[in-house]
Amino acid sequence: MTATIMAIPRHAVTDTAAEAIHVQDLHKKFGALHVLKGVSLSARDGDVVAIIGGSGSGKSTLLRCINCLENPTSGVIRVNGEEIRLKPDGNGSTLPADRKQIERVRSRLGMVFQSFNLWTHMTLIENVIEVPVHVLGVKREMAIIEAEKLLARVGLLEKRHVYPAFLSGGQQQRGAIARALAVQPRVMLFDEPTSSLDPELIGEVLGVIGDLAREGRTMILVTHEMKFAREVATRVVFLHEGRVEEEGSPDAIFGSPKSERLQQFIRRVG
Amino acid sequence: MTDSFFLSLAQTSMFELLAPTPPGWGGNLVRGFINSIGIGVGAFALGLLIGIGGAFGKLYGGPVRRDLLQVYTTLIRAVPELVLILLIYFAVPDLINRLLDTLGYGRIDVSGPMAGIVALGFVQGAYATEVLRGAILAVPQGQIEAGRAFGMNPTMLMRRITMPAMLPFAIPGLANLWLVAFKGTALLAVVGFNELTLETRQAAGTTKAYFTFFMAAGVLYLLLTLISNVLIGRVEHWARRGRQPIAESR
Repeated sequence: MTATIMAIPRHAVTDTAAEAIHVQDLHKKFGALHVLKGVSLSARDGDVVAIIGGSGSGKSTLLRCINCLENPTSGVIRVNGEEIRLKPDGNGSTLPADRKQIERVRSRLGMVFQSFNLWTHMTLIENVIEVPVHVLGVKREMAIIEAEKLLARVGLLEKRHVYPAFLSGGQQQRGAIARALAVQPRVMLFDEPTSSLDPELIGEVLGVIGDLAREGRTMILVTHEMKFAREVATRVVFLHEGRVEEEGSPDAIFGSPKSERLQQFIRRVG
Repeated sequence: MTDSFFLSLAQTSMFELLAPTPPGWGGNLVRGFINSIGIGVGAFALGLLIGIGGAFGKLYGGPVRRDLLQVYTTLIRAVPELVLILLIYFAVPDLINRLLDTLGYGRIDVSGPMAGIVALGFVQGAYATEVLRGAILAVPQGQIEAGRAFGMNPTMLMRRITMPAMLPFAIPGLANLWLVAFKGTALLAVVGFNELTLETRQAAGTTKAYFTFFMAAGVLYLLLTLISNVLIGRVEHWARRGRQPIAESR
């Protein structure tokens, strides 16, 4: 299958836009378990790629391979045109060959986790300024000004001196999005950002993510929220058993799914 | 009968015996107490340093480092502290001096306090390694993963995320270790170091006022424990910032 873009972009993603993320023939094994079996994926600047698929389809693993939270067994990963150099780890898998490179690449990818993972020993604003100040070398005063803007944007300015344990799940996840935005990410990576939220808190988080999508941020979004994916994605990738089963525009994927697996999946998650 | 018994125990001369200046022995006791605190703090600090290195080494080090640390923690925790103290005080300097002799250098003198700190610190380090290893393992993986995902290098990850996050889990164990370190200084009496227990024994032996002096020493040990508890409580409160208060989370 070619990696050409079939989507009709929702906003101005031109054909000439630079490729922000390029994944080619990615394999990932956990021991005997072959989770990713040759996945290719591409996101250009301004793309919002939604990765959908059943449980165990490898969608989270794919996302986590992009910033080497999981080391791919084999394959090519390029972030902003820069190929992540991998070396054999001696056990048939790979490791980042250059720790500095992977740290630099990671510092410009805004990761949002399923379980928020805000640092519990820091207040909300300390969480947001942590990476700018300590990894990116931004002056603390500047970082605070930026952080306050971001927290205001996700509706948490008045909670900035509160520790995460005292916030609701939805507030924590919005805070985690602010933390990711604070690194001025080239690409935002969302790993099932609403999956551990109570149903009534999902909306506030999707609202924030939707706003980011509409302003043209490059995002890769692993999600179970099909309606949301259809609304905000410029392209949808359906993973099944470690392979890209089908990809295309949201309308094509949800409106006229071609493969039987995708048809089944869409019927099931409705 | 009972009156005279208690009278003899109370020893009317108690205050004279414990006077800070000779012929009172109070000054000696306080000096011993201060020596004990000094050795205890030194041993605990050394143990903490070894423990931090040991815990991270055991968790993230290569196979060789892990095995060496396993040997260290097993051996040290297996051998009685008293044996280790005698070993470090007598055997190790002897070994070093023989080595220095053969190399043609002059002999070194191992001072009592230094041997005490090293011996107790080594023991502390083995226990601290395990306390801290357990505490690090108790940190939710997502905390560390978030640091990695945002490009923190291993040193920064340890300093900014892992260490502060594991502290609440480590403090009860470390508090135990501090009290053990402080009380462990009493063992240094066997090598003739003037810590509180030896000073007490000397005072008691000279005056035959055993009860008075050992009670006084007991009170001093207790006093330090009580002060320690207050300080540890404060540190723990600080380390647990950002967590639900213990009472409410029950």
